[in-house]
Amino acid sequence: MAHLIRAGSSCRLASSGAARSMSTAWWRHVEPAAKDPILGVTEAFLADPSPAKVNVGVGAYRDDNGKPVVLECVREAERRIAGNSNMEYLPMGGSVNMVQETLKLAYGEDSDLIKDKRIAAVQALSGTGACRLFADFQKRFSPDSQIYIPVPTWSNHHNIWRDAHVPQRTFHYYHPESKGLDFAGLMDDVKNAPNGSFFLLHACAHNPTGVDPTEEQWKEISNQFKVKGHFALFDMAYQGFASGDPERDAKSIRIFLEDGHLIGCAQSYAKNMGLYGQRVGCLSVVCEDDKQAVAVKSQLQQLARPMYSNPPVHGALIVSTILSDPDLKKLWLKEVKGMADRIIGMRTALKQNLEKLGSPLSWEHITKQIGMFCYSGMTPEQVDRLTNEFHIYMTRNGRISMAGVTTGNVGYLANAIHEVTKSG
Amino acid sequence: MHGGNDSHSSPSPSPSPADRRINALVRHLQGSPLDAADPCLAAAPTSAAQISVFDHVVRAPEDPILGVTVAYNKDPSPVKLNLGVGAYRTEEGKPLVLNVVRKAEQMLVNDRSRVKEYLPIVGLADFNKLSAKLILGADSPAIQDNRVTTVQCLSGTGSLRVGAEFLARHYHQHTIYIPQPTWGNHVKIFGLAGLAVKTYRYYDPATRGLNFRGLLEDLGSAPSGAIVLLHACAHNPTGVDPTAQEWEQIRQLMRLKALLPFFDSAYQGFASGNLDADAQSIRMFVRDGGECLVAQSYAKNMGLYGERVGALSMVCRSADVASRVESQLKLVIRPMYSNPPIHGASIVATILKDRAMFQEWEVELKAMADRIISMRKQLFDALRSRGTPGDWSHIIKQIGMFTFTGLNSTQVAFMTKEYHIYLTSDGRISMAGLSSRTVPHLADAIHAAVTKAA
Repeated sequence: MAHLIRAGSSCRLASSGAARSMSTAWWRHVEPAAKDPILGVTEAFLADPSPAKVNVGVGAYRDDNGKPVVLECVREAERRIAGNSNMEYLPMGGSVNMVQETLKLAYGEDSDLIKDKRIAAVQALSGTGACRLFADFQKRFSPDSQIYIPVPTWSNHHNIWRDAHVPQRTFHYYHPESKGLDFAGLMDDVKNAPNGSFFLLHACAHNPTGVDPTEEQWKEISNQFKVKGHFALFDMAYQGFASGDPERDAKSIRIFLEDGHLIGCAQSYAKNMGLYGQRVGCLSVVCEDDKQAVAVKSQLQQLARPMYSNPPVHGALIVSTILSDPDLKKLWLKEVKGMADRIIGMRTALKQNLEKLGSPLSWEHITKQIGMFCYSGMTPEQVDRLTNEFHIYMTRNGRISMAGVTTGNVGYLANAIHEVTKSG
Repeated sequence: MHGGNDSHSSPSPSPSPADRRINALVRHLQGSPLDAADPCLAAAPTSAAQISVFDHVVRAPEDPILGVTVAYNKDPSPVKLNLGVGAYRTEEGKPLVLNVVRKAEQMLVNDRSRVKEYLPIVGLADFNKLSAKLILGADSPAIQDNRVTTVQCLSGTGSLRVGAEFLARHYHQHTIYIPQPTWGNHVKIFGLAGLAVKTYRYYDPATRGLNFRGLLEDLGSAPSGAIVLLHACAHNPTGVDPTAQEWEQIRQLMRLKALLPFFDSAYQGFASGNLDADAQSIRMFVRDGGECLVAQSYAKNMGLYGERVGALSMVCRSADVASRVESQLKLVIRPMYSNPPIHGASIVATILKDRAMFQEWEVELKAMADRIISMRKQLFDALRSRGTPGDWSHIIKQIGMFTFTGLNSTQVAFMTKEYHIYLTSDGRISMAGLSSRTVPHLADAIHAAVTKAA
C-alpha cells in the first residue's frame, strides 16, 4: 500500500494513461439500438415541420382539437391531494386502497374472490410493469413454462417476456382476409398447446387490431381453457375505453371467473383515466385461498423490490381519491364514456369518408373493430407513403390510433388513405 | 357437500368462503349443455381449472428493513421508537414535505396547460440535464463535451437496476464488488440483473471506521475491469466515509486496475449539508477523464420518497458512445415499465431550474442535515453522561442518516423487547428517527443493552 502513496503523481499519470487506453474499448462494441417501433413514431412526428402533419401513432387519447386531455375528475383529485399528503414510501405492494378499488373494477364490486381475500394483488407501473412483474413471477415459479402470445400483439409484450427469459410461442388471432378474428385458428392453437400452458389474452379492445371475440366466443375459449387446464393472463389496458362501459369491457374476465379459472390480470389507468405518465396499474393473481394469496403477493413484492423498491405514490393517490368518492367516480365514468363515444364517432366518420371517396375496398372493419386502434390492413409500403407524401404518422403495421383522429383531420386522413390504397 | 346454490330451504346465513367455493364446484359438476357435447370436460370436470399453477409458492420472508416498520406499527407501547427505515423525521417525529416541494407541487397543479402524457423512455429531458449538473457540477467538462447520458429512473433502486442490466448485457465483466456491509437491496438488484456479486472489505468493527487497508487489498486483487459499487457519501448502513485523501487513493487504484466505478448517490446534500461537498468523490473520478456510472436518488434530499425520482448517468469517453449507450438503455427500460413516472421528476425540475427555489431547497436541506448532526451529538453526550462502557465517538464521526452502533443482534432484540426500540438487527439506527425528546430513552436502552445483554 505504501508504494501507492509514494508513487503518487507518477501513478496518477500512468493510471489515467492506462485508463484511457483501457476504457476506450469498453463501449466501442455497443451498437445503436433500433428505435422503438411505436414510440419512435411520435419522435419522427415531432421532428416533422409540416403544418399538415397528423399523428395517429401512439395510443394516447386526444380531444377533437387533437389536444391531450386531463380529465376533470383527475384535476379535482389532484387539487385535493396537493399539499395534503406526505410523500412517504408506499409499501412494496403499493397503495392498498388503490389496489382494492382496482380489483373491484376488474372482478366486480361484489366479487366473492375479493371478499374471500383470494386475490394476490400489487400496484404496478402501469400495464407494462404489471405484465413484467407477472413475467418475472412466471419465470421464477413456473420456470419450465412458456407464454402464448396472440398474433399480432402490442410489440412490447415480446420484449417483456424476452427480458424475463420466458420462452414465447404464438397463437392465431387476427384474420387478415376478414380483418376480424381467426376463431378457428385460435381454438386450434388452444387445443394443441400442451395442457397447462400460459396464455396472454387481451381482455378487450385488442391492441393493435381492435378485434375482440364475441361473448359466445369468449365462453368457448374459456371452456376449452378449462379442458386443457391452461392459465389465462388478461392484459386489460382499455377497460371503459372500449365500449364506454367498464362492466361491459370486463366481460371476458367475468366469463372466465364464472368458469372457475384462476386467472392473472394486468390493469392500467394510462388510457381510461388519462394517467399515462403517472405509471399506475395493478397486477392481480387469483389464488385457491387467502393463505396462498398472501404467499403469492409476498413473492410479487420480492420481485418489485430489486426493480424499484416500491411504486410511485402520486398516480395511486389520484386513482384512490377518484374511485373512493362516489361523485368523482360518477364523473370519471361519464368522462370515460365521453372519450369512448368520440372514438366510436370518429370510426364512423372515417369509414363514411372513405366510402364517399369511392374506395374500391371494404372499410367495414373500421366500425367493427373496437377501442383505440384500427387495424387498417395497409401494408408497410402504403404506410411509408402516408408518412412521406402526406405527413401522416402511424406504426408500419397499419395500425391507426383512432384517438388521434378529429373532425378536423378525418377528411385529410381519409383522402390520404384512399390515395395510397385505391390501386388495390 | 352442500347443494347450497339451488337450495329451496329457508334462507341460510350468508355463505362462508368455504361454502362459496363448494357452491362453485357444484355448479361445474352439475353440467351444462357444453359438458354433454364434450367428453373431455366430463372426464376432467373441475380439477384442471381449480388447482393453482402457483400452489407450490411459499411465503417470502419479510424485507428486513421494511419489516422493522411493520413490527413497529404493531407495537401498542406509547414509548415505542422507530429507528428502522431511513426516512427523515422532524423533531416532532413527523414525516416532512419540504416547503419548496409543496410550492412546486402547487405550481404544477395550478398550471392547467400541463398534461399527463407519457414521458419519453429516458424520462423528462429538463430533469435529466439538471440532475447531471447537480451531481457532476454545472461546469463539468464531461457535460460540456456531451459525454454524459442521463436517464430518469425510479429513484436509486431503479437507477441501479437499469445500470446493472445494461452492464450485464454490454460490459465484458459481469462481476460487481460491493462493500461489506452495504444496503441489503444491493445484492438482490445486481443478482436479478444478472451480475455476479463479490464483496470488498469496508467496515472495521474494531474501530467502527473504515478498513482502508482491507479495501485497497480487495480492490487491488479484483480482476481487471471488474465493476465496483461505491457509496458516494454517507455510506449506508455504516455512515463511514473515506476521507478526501483516501478517495484519491481509491481512484488511483481503480484507474490503474481499470475497475469500473458505479456510484450510488442517495444522500447528496444530506450528509454534510452541502451539495457540492457531498459530490466530491464522484467529481474526482470524472475529472480524470475516465468513465463511470452514477445512480442518483431524490428520495431523501428532496423528501420525495414515494414519488420514486432518480436518475442514472453514464459518463462515457465520447459523445458518440454516450448516444449509443443511451439507445441501449432505452431497450432495458421499455420492457420494464415503458417510461418513468412524471410527477416527481416535474417537481425536481421545477425546483432545480429556478434559482430562488434552488436556494430555498439548499436551506431546507441543510436544516435536515443539521438536525441529524445535532442528534448525533446529543446521543453521544447522553451515552457519555451515563458512563456507558465503550467508545461511542463513532456516533459523531459517522455521517449521514445512519449510525452503525456496533450493537449485536442479541442486544438489538433486547432493546426492542424491553425498550420498544425498533432497528435493523445489524445494529443500524436511523438518526432521522430521533428527537431531543427521545434521545434519553434510546441512550437508556443502549446503556442497558451493553451492560446487561450479551
